[in-house]
Amino acid sequence: MSVIEKNVSEATSPWRGFQAGKWNNHVDVRNFIEKNVNPYLNDESFLVGPTQNTKDLWDIVSQLSKEERERGGVWDVDVNTPATIVSHKPGYLDKDKEAVVGVQTDAPFRRSIQPFGGIRMMIDACEAYGFKMPQEVIDIFMNIRKTHNQGVFDAYTSDMRMARKSGIITGLPDAYGRGRIIGDYRRAALYGIDFLIKEKKQVLLDLEVDVIDEVVIRDREEISEQIRALGELKQLAAMHGFDISKPAANAREAFQWLYFAYLAAIKEQNGAAMSLGRVSSFLDIYIERDLKEGTLTEEQAQELVDHFVMKLRIVKFLRTPDYNELFSGDPTWVTESIGGMALDGTTLVTKNSFRFLHTLYNLGAAPEPNLTVLWSEKLPDAFKKYCAKASIETSSIQYENDDLMRPHFGDDYGIACCVSAMRIGKQMQFFGARANLAKCLLYAINGGIDEKLGVQVGPELPAITSDVLDYDEVMKRFKQMMQWLSKLYMNSLNVIHYMHDKYSYERIEMALHDREILRTMACGIAGLSVAADSLSAIKYAKVKPIRNEQGIAVDFEVEGDFPCYGNNDDRVDNIAIELVETFMNMIRKNKTYRNALPTQSVLTITSNVVYGKKTGTTPDGRKAGEPFAPGANPMHGRDKKGALASLNSVAKLPYEHSLDGISNTFSIVPKALGKDLEGRKANLVAMLDGYFHNNAHHLNVNVFDREQLLDAMDHPENYPQLTIRVSGYAVNFIKLTREQQLDVINRTFHGSM
Amino acid sequence: MIGRIHSVETFGTVDGPGIRFILFLQGCALKCQYCHNRDTWNLMGGKEMSLEDVLSEIEPYLNYYRSSGGGLTISGGEPTLQAPFVKEIFKAVKERWNLHTTLDTNGFNEVSKLEELYDLTDLVLLDIKHINNEKHQELVGVPNLRTLETARWLSDHGKKMWIRHVFVPTKNDDEEDLLELGRFIGSLNGVEKFELLPYHQMGVYKWEACGEKYPLEGVDSPTEEEIERAKRLIELGRQQTLSKLA
Repeated sequence: MSVIEKNVSEATSPWRGFQAGKWNNHVDVRNFIEKNVNPYLNDESFLVGPTQNTKDLWDIVSQLSKEERERGGVWDVDVNTPATIVSHKPGYLDKDKEAVVGVQTDAPFRRSIQPFGGIRMMIDACEAYGFKMPQEVIDIFMNIRKTHNQGVFDAYTSDMRMARKSGIITGLPDAYGRGRIIGDYRRAALYGIDFLIKEKKQVLLDLEVDVIDEVVIRDREEISEQIRALGELKQLAAMHGFDISKPAANAREAFQWLYFAYLAAIKEQNGAAMSLGRVSSFLDIYIERDLKEGTLTEEQAQELVDHFVMKLRIVKFLRTPDYNELFSGDPTWVTESIGGMALDGTTLVTKNSFRFLHTLYNLGAAPEPNLTVLWSEKLPDAFKKYCAKASIETSSIQYENDDLMRPHFGDDYGIACCVSAMRIGKQMQFFGARANLAKCLLYAINGGIDEKLGVQVGPELPAITSDVLDYDEVMKRFKQMMQWLSKLYMNSLNVIHYMHDKYSYERIEMALHDREILRTMACGIAGLSVAADSLSAIKYAKVKPIRNEQGIAVDFEVEGDFPCYGNNDDRVDNIAIELVETFMNMIRKNKTYRNALPTQSVLTITSNVVYGKKTGTTPDGRKAGEPFAPGANPMHGRDKKGALASLNSVAKLPYEHSLDGISNTFSIVPKALGKDLEGRKANLVAMLDGYFHNNAHHLNVNVFDREQLLDAMDHPENYPQLTIRVSGYAVNFIKLTREQQLDVINRTFHGSM
Repeated sequence: MIGRIHSVETFGTVDGPGIRFILFLQGCALKCQYCHNRDTWNLMGGKEMSLEDVLSEIEPYLNYYRSSGGGLTISGGEPTLQAPFVKEIFKAVKERWNLHTTLDTNGFNEVSKLEELYDLTDLVLLDIKHINNEKHQELVGVPNLRTLETARWLSDHGKKMWIRHVFVPTKNDDEEDLLELGRFIGSLNGVEKFELLPYHQMGVYKWEACGEKYPLEGVDSPTEEEIERAKRLIELGRQQTLSKLA
């Protein structure tokens, strides 16, 4: 122990001034944070604005963004160089002004080709944006080096192909990188790369066991790849003039080391979600030390955060328009988890939690990084209020229930993508997109025949032929169909992840994990509210199918009222709960690749539109092709009792049966949140406290600005609860005519109440 | 006891302090030309609910209302048309949950008959549609005398109120009327807030849904300047009274 303490306190040591602990001997970032975190309970008054360098750099980014839009969405593609960690020379915005350096290729905004997930997607993406990959590069990946995508289709069964075509399972990561793996990028800063390589080499030695079977062989190969990737990470840093073999010695180095590790990941992997983890309060420890040593000012600290976040905002992947239809808006899900509480009851909110949110002001609002506040009722009040303020003014924050997740994931987890919690460096997931429950219900009614394609996709179970649908009969068939679906779904995921590990292994991300990790098989469902409302209609009203000449129910006549999900009405909310539980229990019955733990999410991202497109008319009154509600949201326009009733319905969904997350998108106009900023902040905080107190998992908070309202005019399905309250009365925004909506937009931004 | 309910809003934030449950009652005796909720007029419309029905709608959200310093607001329609029902509700929420109560009214009902109700009301949102009696009659179909009496009574009895005024260009924008409104407000005690609510057309679709012609077709929402002018004149009127009283 004395040796360690000496080490830590030595004046020139990178670990000087840190409280020693288990973390000194083995990789244990959580222990480091526990020993050294600086909780901050006060308000935002210490924050400072952007430096001139920050402004100059952001001007460059803004200009490039503009050019990118003008060029149709892609600024440039390096079509010649398949990306690896060290494939490209360094690129800069303005080298002399950047406190944190490094972009994915030799120039910011220039996208690389990342063909290991699938060469086809790269060819199509290049073509879609007016670029052409050289034939010799294509040939390599067509004829010499197989990709993940080719592997998957070699092994897919005919059932799987059919389910994919009909859209009962959609969005599968079989042609692109699966993502949703968070490397513990903090390890690069805390330990330096040599330490990490040394530990991995020891693992390799420990794997010299008696029986070298398939499992051991795979582990040995993977760990060797990890070691190789760590070496390349060092090389990447060296190309930029940094030696990161040793631990970071100050805040600037900590940001840079950490960012290099993340950069290596996004250079090599075009994952659907390339999330960052939980870095802000970790980095705060370095800032606090520098502030104390007098080597850093608050301006410089904020500049580091601003420049780091700027880099996260310009993460670029080359993707096809098809892909963008599933996940619209060129998202990268650089999710950063902020705040939360430690297991011992102290808060993990630090000044850096504020600084990260403050980038929304210094750089303006933005979708990336995906700033995710881990909400606890016990968070410091001043931080809660600052979050509320930032939400109201930027609509850029999502909230997830730390009090709900902590018992499952401890106090050093992060969110991958949108809602998937995982212990950082100790857990990964096999991303599984989602199965379409609404379509599955139609299969139950139609005996497994797809209502759009008119062909048998599901098993040939007896179709329901009665004039009026009987709830018990439908439910019985539905469960049989769900059973089939869950099996097919899991088998498909097993194929996908086997091949992804084989052909597009996440070397650097996994190098920043422990040897023994928990893998989850993250299944998901779409169309929950449509299915629940449909079943409610069948149960409480009279639903008559209208069948075509083939006998397929293509429309439904509904007589009478029925309760809809989103009104805090147990009659239908319990149906939604039952669906979540039932499907999860069916998923649990299946064997998973690598003995992954099966989980489920109720999340659609933006694919609710595509799912809707591929699904026929449903008994709830939703017409063929109309979008589903996103995630676990109630269908738009059906929640008639206001926000809290809607929130309460969603809060009832059982998290223990949906451990991969339950997403809810909440949209409100500033005026409906209160009359002035102080009132709005207080109301939003009270709303979040109450919602999460009821064991809800997640909330996207949109407080609308002009752009969002304009978007709402074109995509009403995304704004189900947008309420305009004026002088004691309420109207629903999406029910207004276009002219009226324009009127609201003008009034909301310029009107005086 | 049974009441007629138009709708409920579980997350109300502008009709009284904090987060509030808003109960919109069905039925109104006025015929405001600018009404945003035309569908609440019919006295026989809406759906019937018992006291217990209403309470069970409120109960799931009490933690939100309590933690935000909010409560229950009963609005409409015109809630005093169902005064006994409102009284029962206010009494029950006070006894059971000690909830803050707000009544959103046009004050047209005879105040002498409503004393017990006002005793259970923590805050009154009083809507004065027009200060000029003749123009009031034209704009909403009834005289304003009882509304002003209500205001006076509330003032005399130490009640807290927020005065609201929907501001409609061409209908209640005369300089003298605005000054006079201000003078009247200045003469009242217990006015915690005055809210000028700019007229808007967002309720027009509800008139159409009821098969009715919208009476204010062609009337625009007030501009920023018009709103500022109205506020200034009302404040000027208020100051005139205050200086006279002083």
